[in-house]
Order: sequence, then structure tokens, then C-alpha cells
Amino acid sequence: MKTAWEGIVAIASGFATTFKHLFRKPITEEYPEYKRVLPERARAVIVLTRDPDGEERCVACYLCSAACPVSCISMQSAERENGRRYARWFRINFARCIYCGLCEEACPTSAIQLTPYFETCERDILKLVYEKEDLLVDHGGKDKEYNFYRYAGVVTEVGDKGTHIKEDKPVNIKSNMP
Amino acid sequence: MDWILGFIILIVKLGVVLVGLLLLAAYLVLVERKFLGRLQIRYGPNRAGKFGLLQPFADTIKMLTKEDIVPAEADRVIFLLAPAVVAAEALLIFAVVPFGASITLLGKKIPMVITDLNVGLLYVFALASLGVYGVALGGWASNSKYSLLGGIRGAAQMISYELSLGLSLVPIVMLARSFSLVDIVRAQADYPFILVQPVSFMIFLISAVAETKRIPFDLPEAENELGAGYHTEYSGMRFVFLGEYVNLQVLGALVAVFFLGGWHGPLLPPVVWFLIKVLAIAVLMIWVRGTLPRLRYDQLMHLGWKVLVPLALLNILVTGAFLLI
Repeated sequence: MKTAWEGIVAIASGFATTFKHLFRKPITEEYPEYKRVLPERARAVIVLTRDPDGEERCVACYLCSAACPVSCISMQSAERENGRRYARWFRINFARCIYCGLCEEACPTSAIQLTPYFETCERDILKLVYEKEDLLVDHGGKDKEYNFYRYAGVVTEVGDKGTHIKEDKPVNIKSNMP
Repeated sequence: MDWILGFIILIVKLGVVLVGLLLLAAYLVLVERKFLGRLQIRYGPNRAGKFGLLQPFADTIKMLTKEDIVPAEADRVIFLLAPAVVAAEALLIFAVVPFGASITLLGKKIPMVITDLNVGLLYVFALASLGVYGVALGGWASNSKYSLLGGIRGAAQMISYELSLGLSLVPIVMLARSFSLVDIVRAQADYPFILVQPVSFMIFLISAVAETKRIPFDLPEAENELGAGYHTEYSGMRFVFLGEYVNLQVLGALVAVFFLGGWHGPLLPPVVWFLIKVLAIAVLMIWVRGTLPRLRYDQLMHLGWKVLVPLALLNILVTGAFLLI
């Protein structure tokens, strides 16, 4: 008898709870009308960023393409006369991309970055294949001040040997003097 | 001449009831989704038309344009027939449900019921039992283990609860002294039977929910364990008919007729009162769905055989004793 009473009370309290919820304002965010501001590090469409001085950051090292678990990144590397490496073409197939962010982690120059923008639906699947011109943006993304060639020991117009950040002067191997 | 007029009236009544039922079923699905949404602090469908009012039409178009798949190893004829059995059973019950008192049109008395069967209640039970065939055969013909398990569960559950369903209505028949649904409603002209038979009402409600396989008794289609149970392999419009969306109205109509006094009510016209009662029961069922979790299988059988059936029998005895005194 006691358990029966407890059961009735439990069921009644359940009904009371749902009844109370009936008068609460729904917590639904109605998407196309209201767009939630996503965190800066939310992972969606991939971009190729630029140096503070406006040059492409990508050095076409293929690390992103190697790290990509679904092999959606492909490129062709090349080198300019001033010593900078660049991608002759760079292609991301967003129809395959799983937005895991491993390419961003692999990138040594902060060139490839994921952005919070995600509204890229297309009816034609081939439109989801982005070329380099679609991917390039004219800002530094999340890492604004970074310039790879200021650190790398590669001779370019940004710096000669021994002039890069945290780099020592070249040692004269023909001499014993410190 | 009289014969032709009667025939025309019958056809018109059939048409009105059929269209009304299907429309109401479509909109009850919308009501269910909206109401359930609010119970879960969300909006429910609100994209198709204002407040999602065109959602039933969108759903219908979608269901009708879906491919009607029959699994390769399925028993084709039975597989295609099972949804029809379920749908026909649910619709045919309405043949004896009175929607209102009779009206006079062109000097002719037209009863607001398709046919006033003198064994209406037995007819309802006969059809309700036939519903088991749809579920069991549909589950069996699909030739899939989930469907078969769902079908077996459905058959076991519906047979068990049919007993308490029938027994719970015996006191009603004793009070109304008739099997006809029209007479049962007439007997409630002064007061609805829910006031004198609350136990019977509860038993009937619980058994009817189990009979229509709604939450918390939706074991035959338990999503978490069986995919979708007996209608796992169905698609498109057959899925809808096997899903028995007319059942909510059957349930509401039967409760209204047996316990809430059918079309009786002050001020408003009888048909409106009937609709209000049907909708009230439907909303109650949705509320139940939004509140209670699914029972375990042994709990379901325990409740049916060890609680509801003895309680219903006791109720019959007590009612009989009161009628004698």
C-alpha cells in the first residue's frame, strides 16, 4: 500500500514537472533568424592567411596534406627567386573535409587556419572544391603578428643569414676564434 | 426515392467522417509535435507556414513521394497488406461512434452516427483485436529480427491488455444496460460515467494506451532496442498507416463516448462538445508521452495481469453489488 502511494506521488510529481515546463520559454535558438556568435576557435571553413606584411604564409611544405585524415588537401609547391616557397596551386575539397583541425596543428607557419564561418552549403558538390584564390584571405587570422621568414634561417628579402629572430651570427668555420 | 436519399446521406456521412478523420489525424500529429516540443522547452515544427500549420501537408507530400520499399526476403503480399489492416481497423471503429444527437434535415431525421449497431461495443473490441494482426503480420512479413521481435511484443502486449480493456467496460454496460454506443451516450445525459466509475476510467485509459502502443507502453516499437520494432522495414505512407496515427482519435473518441458523456454538454453544439472531449484526451495522452518513461517488459506484463485485470474484476463485482442494492 505504501509503495503504491509512493508510486502515485512520483508519477504526479513527474506530471507536475512537465506541466511547469509547458510555461517556460523554449530555449531553442531559431537559426536563420538568430545566429549565435561562435567562439573564435570554432572549427569550420579553412582559410590561408597572410603575413603582417601581406605575403602568403604558406610555404607548401605538404605537412597539412600529410596530416589530413581524409586526404582533402592537395597542392603543388614552387619557389620564387627571392627564396620564398609558395604553393603554385592549393586545393581543399570541403566535400571531404571533416573539420578536425589537424592541418592547422601541423602547419609550421600558421598559414592554414580554421574559422568559425560554416554556412557553405552548395547544391552542386563540385562547388565545395575550393582553390587557392577562394582560400586566401588578407589577414593573419588568429596569429596576427607571426611572420615565418623572420624566424626561419632561410635567406629571403625579410632577412639575411644571422639576422633572424633568435638566430646567432654564422660561425666562421675557417677560424678557432669564438 | 427514400432508399436513394438514405443512400446519398450514408455516402455523404462516410465521406465527411473519412476526410475529417484523416485531416484531424494529420493535425493531431502537428499538435502532438508542438505540444511535446513545449513540454521539452523547445518550439516543435514552426517552419512550414505560419506556426508550422502547413507541416501536415509537407509531411504528406514527403511520405507520398518516398520510395515504397519492400525488402527482398519479405513476404510481399502480407507485407503490403499489414498496414491496410491496421488502418482499416482504426477507421472502421468510427462506424459506430456517435458524433452527436440526431439532427433533422429536409424533414428527415439523420442520426449523427454512421451505423447504430446494437452490439457496437463488441464490434469495437472485435476490430481492436484485429489490429493485433496488422502488427504481428507486419512484423513477421518484414523478415527482419527487429520487426519480428516488435511484432511478437505487440501481439503479447495487445492480447494481455485487451482483457482489462474489455473488463473495464463491463460496469459501463451494466450502468447503461446496452451494448450500443449511442445508448451508452444517452445514458450519460445527466452525468458522465467518469464520476461514478473513476476506477474503470483509469483502467480503460491505461489499457487503451497499451493497446495503441503509445509511450509508456511502446515496447513493440522501442527505438533504443528494436530500431522501430514492427515497422522497421516500412517506408513512406505505409509506415504512417502502420504507425497508426488515427489511433489517438480512436482512443479519444472511445473515452469520450464511454466516460465523458459523448456529445452531451451545455451551450455548444453536440459535435463541438464531442470534438473538445476527443482533443482533451489526445492532449492528455501527449502529456503522458512527455512525462513517463517506457516500462520494462516484465513490468508491463505485471501491470496488466496482476494489477489491472484483478482490479477490473473487483470493480465489476462492486458495481454489480451497488446496482442490486
